[in-house]
Amino acid sequence: MSFINYLSREINCKLVYYGPGLCGKTANLQYIYNKTNPGARGKMISLATETERTLFFDFLPLALGEIRGFKTRFHLYTVPGQVFYDASRKLILKGVDGVVFVADSQIARMEANLESMENLRTNLAEQGYSLDSIPFVIQYNKRDMPGIAPVEELRQMLNPNNVPDFEGVATNGSGVFDTLKAVAKLVLTELRKAGG
Amino acid sequence: MPEPQMVMFADEFHQIQGIVDSLVKSSNASVVFIIDKNGQLIAASGESDNIDTTSLASLTAGNIAATGGMAKLLREREFTTQFHEGENANIHIQLVDNRVILVVIFDKKTSLGLVRLRVKKACEQLGEIFRALAEKAQGLGQTPFAEITDDDIDNLFND
Repeated sequence: MSFINYLSREINCKLVYYGPGLCGKTANLQYIYNKTNPGARGKMISLATETERTLFFDFLPLALGEIRGFKTRFHLYTVPGQVFYDASRKLILKGVDGVVFVADSQIARMEANLESMENLRTNLAEQGYSLDSIPFVIQYNKRDMPGIAPVEELRQMLNPNNVPDFEGVATNGSGVFDTLKAVAKLVLTELRKAGG
Repeated sequence: MPEPQMVMFADEFHQIQGIVDSLVKSSNASVVFIIDKNGQLIAASGESDNIDTTSLASLTAGNIAATGGMAKLLREREFTTQFHEGENANIHIQLVDNRVILVVIFDKKTSLGLVRLRVKKACEQLGEIFRALAEKAQGLGQTPFAEITDDDIDNLFND
């Protein structure tokens, strides 16, 4: 849930990157971190295992600029993708304002994508949110890999509601900022609705 | 909506800041800060300039969330207090009214007993303010974002 501070004239929102293990959630945050002006971002925190798998979450605070005299700040989080960290994933969804689903485009990972999407829907519902109404975008990542499914097929499988979706190669940054901008826009638009 | 909108106004902020400032003094702590359960920093006092409070806020919220998850598994409502003891620094974490988190960082200049005592009193005062704040926020109706346009949002991304 966003936090509006009338005194410091700031609005803080929480974005969560979700998706199956090794789909590139942390890579998205790392690219954003590397390409953002140091003045506009805080430290990136990764709670990872020794083999660099996300254990609890990655965290990156980002300032996007001002709207009507209010500074907009986004806190970006990733969840651990591995199936057995489900208890941790639920916790990170608490108070979420917008979700990015990072799908792995490789045909071999189709089942993992579907399982993770279903898990997202269930875990959001447990927190009282619906995937059909929360600001939500999808990124089809790893478009540079061999053995990938066509975007149309991924769309059919993962995006029945036709939310904004993007092709991505998180390691070289392709599609990363388009994805972030799209979800940030949806979150701000939702705030407008909530205030109207 | 699963959680009420968190807002902060000048009056309440000054009251909260006053409590946090006096807690630093009365408990002889190094730093005191308050964050919401989603990891947003609300107020800080003491030697906070040398600390990355944004990161600490997010990690504390994660910690409280994880502890809350453990409580649920044990059919406890909540574990409201945590204490981490280090070689030089110690952290006392207190959940206030299940809404916000009060964090006290202290060293050998004080004792856990004194910190706990002062935290308890501050908790009661903070609980009242945050309850009143939540009520005020519910009656607020319009946020400053009600009137933003698509252009305002697009302008944010023109780089």
